[in-house]
Amino acid sequence: MSGSREFDLGAVTVRELNQFLHTDVSEAGVDRIDVRNPNGLHSIAAGLDCAVDVEIHGHAGYFIAGMNKLARVTIHGNVGWSVGENMMSGRVHVKGHASESAGASAHGGLLVIDGDASSRCGISLKGGQIVVAGDVGHFSAFMAQAGIMVVCGDAGANLGDSLYEAVIYVGGEIESLGADAREEAMTAEDVEAVRSLLAEAGRDADPAAFRRVASARSLYHWNADAHQEY
Amino acid sequence: MECPGGQELAWRGHSVSVLFECRFMCGIVGLLIRRSELRVRLGSLAVPMLDCMGDRGPDSAGLAVFGAVTGDGRLGYSLYWPGAGDSEWAGLLAEHQSLHSAEATLETTKDNGLLRTALAPTVISEWLGTQWPGINLLSVGDSIRLYKDEGHPRDIAARYGFDALEGSHLVGHTRMATESMVSPAHAHPFTAGRDFCLVHNGSLSNPNSIRRRLQRRGIAFETDNDTEAGCRYLEWRMREGDELEEAIESAFGELDGFYTFLMATADKMVLVRDAFACKPAVVAETDDYIAVGSEYRALAHLPGVADARVFEPVPQQIYSWSTVSASTAQPTAGVS
Repeated sequence: MSGSREFDLGAVTVRELNQFLHTDVSEAGVDRIDVRNPNGLHSIAAGLDCAVDVEIHGHAGYFIAGMNKLARVTIHGNVGWSVGENMMSGRVHVKGHASESAGASAHGGLLVIDGDASSRCGISLKGGQIVVAGDVGHFSAFMAQAGIMVVCGDAGANLGDSLYEAVIYVGGEIESLGADAREEAMTAEDVEAVRSLLAEAGRDADPAAFRRVASARSLYHWNADAHQEY
Repeated sequence: MECPGGQELAWRGHSVSVLFECRFMCGIVGLLIRRSELRVRLGSLAVPMLDCMGDRGPDSAGLAVFGAVTGDGRLGYSLYWPGAGDSEWAGLLAEHQSLHSAEATLETTKDNGLLRTALAPTVISEWLGTQWPGINLLSVGDSIRLYKDEGHPRDIAARYGFDALEGSHLVGHTRMATESMVSPAHAHPFTAGRDFCLVHNGSLSNPNSIRRRLQRRGIAFETDNDTEAGCRYLEWRMREGDELEEAIESAFGELDGFYTFLMATADKMVLVRDAFACKPAVVAETDDYIAVGSEYRALAHLPGVADARVFEPVPQQIYSWSTVSASTAQPTAGVS
């Protein structure tokens, strides 16, 4: 495959675009799709299951590249809620800012956000990797179970609340940690993990300057004596 | 953000569904014109915003538009009279003249009218309440005109000719009812006092206690709607001497629930989100206008939006834009 194709969402529907991406892209011999006039529309390039490059030129809406497998989706603008939600593999790159719940429940793949991500970034992360060049909002990595989130800027309140086994690295300030999240010493393995992800995301930062946040695991077992005070 | 342990555990128990179920319910729009030549296009710029947000709220809609203050000492009363035609409206104006001997004018579009009279709100309210029970008094003020109706926002906009509206700013709402009935009275914007209105995306969890507290102070309610409780709370604080921004600071401690509130007075538009900020809002700012929508796609048609400063308001910061100042709006207060 080596061809390219352009879709203008001012002229065709998101459903037509996605139908092509789901069922026709392989036989059409296309490995690059340019999407024009996204204009905040939802679900663009959601549910892909092939190694294709999708370039979205402009601001896009909710659920962009949701459930992504294998594809490399780049958004040259901002995105709304839940970009890369439930991603399985591949790469999603937001050149602007991302709204809430970016990378929610992602099982695999890499989500890169060049700007800021809003609240609940990486909520319920299940193994995916997220690199945010800017800041993340409150309750980011809430209940994150597996995977890595790297935040080059600042993290909002309640970072990592009810965290399971996902690990967060923060380069800037942390407004507050959520319940059961704690800061831990950086090991050589942590520095290498951050260095590797920053390189993959094309970010230039000192991996040794990051701080590690992980679960204290005190919420793993119900404690009736705690009177719901955690 | 305060989050005591007990609340946190309850929150944790149903967090994901609570957060995610509210992605698509109700839409808000707002537009404040900075370049005066664009004021004649206020309505035509706003109609596609409302139409687009009809996806989020197809059951009813409303719009409050603010124009120039006439300065003639008369107040404008927005009226909604289902089924009224020219002869009914003429009868209303004739009775006003015969009973009150006061100069009045009446502009009407279908079943929505704007009565301008020097009579006080208490007089008008009592007169309408006793003589014209079919008429709903929607708003009172020097510069506000308010429209509400049932149906898709697109149809409501066409019905009342929103395309032709002129003015300095407006706020609108498209409703998907979740906690009280679908009716024009339950549609937003809600108003209280003069030249103040509020649209709300979200749900309050303590409207009944707020309503009871205000009722004990003699404040009357028209519906059981949660947004009306929030609206009357803020207006009560302003009558007690608060600026709107101070009233909102007070509301942070009193109103419990989820909200993105977009408010307008005669000379400003104000936006705020609650501490959890799970109800969306996007702002586009240019030298020509400030536009607010639940989603970016509601703003995507606006001229110059591709080069606008587009941002998402952060939790519990008050964004206030004035019609008289062209300066870049900044959050006027922050609590975190």
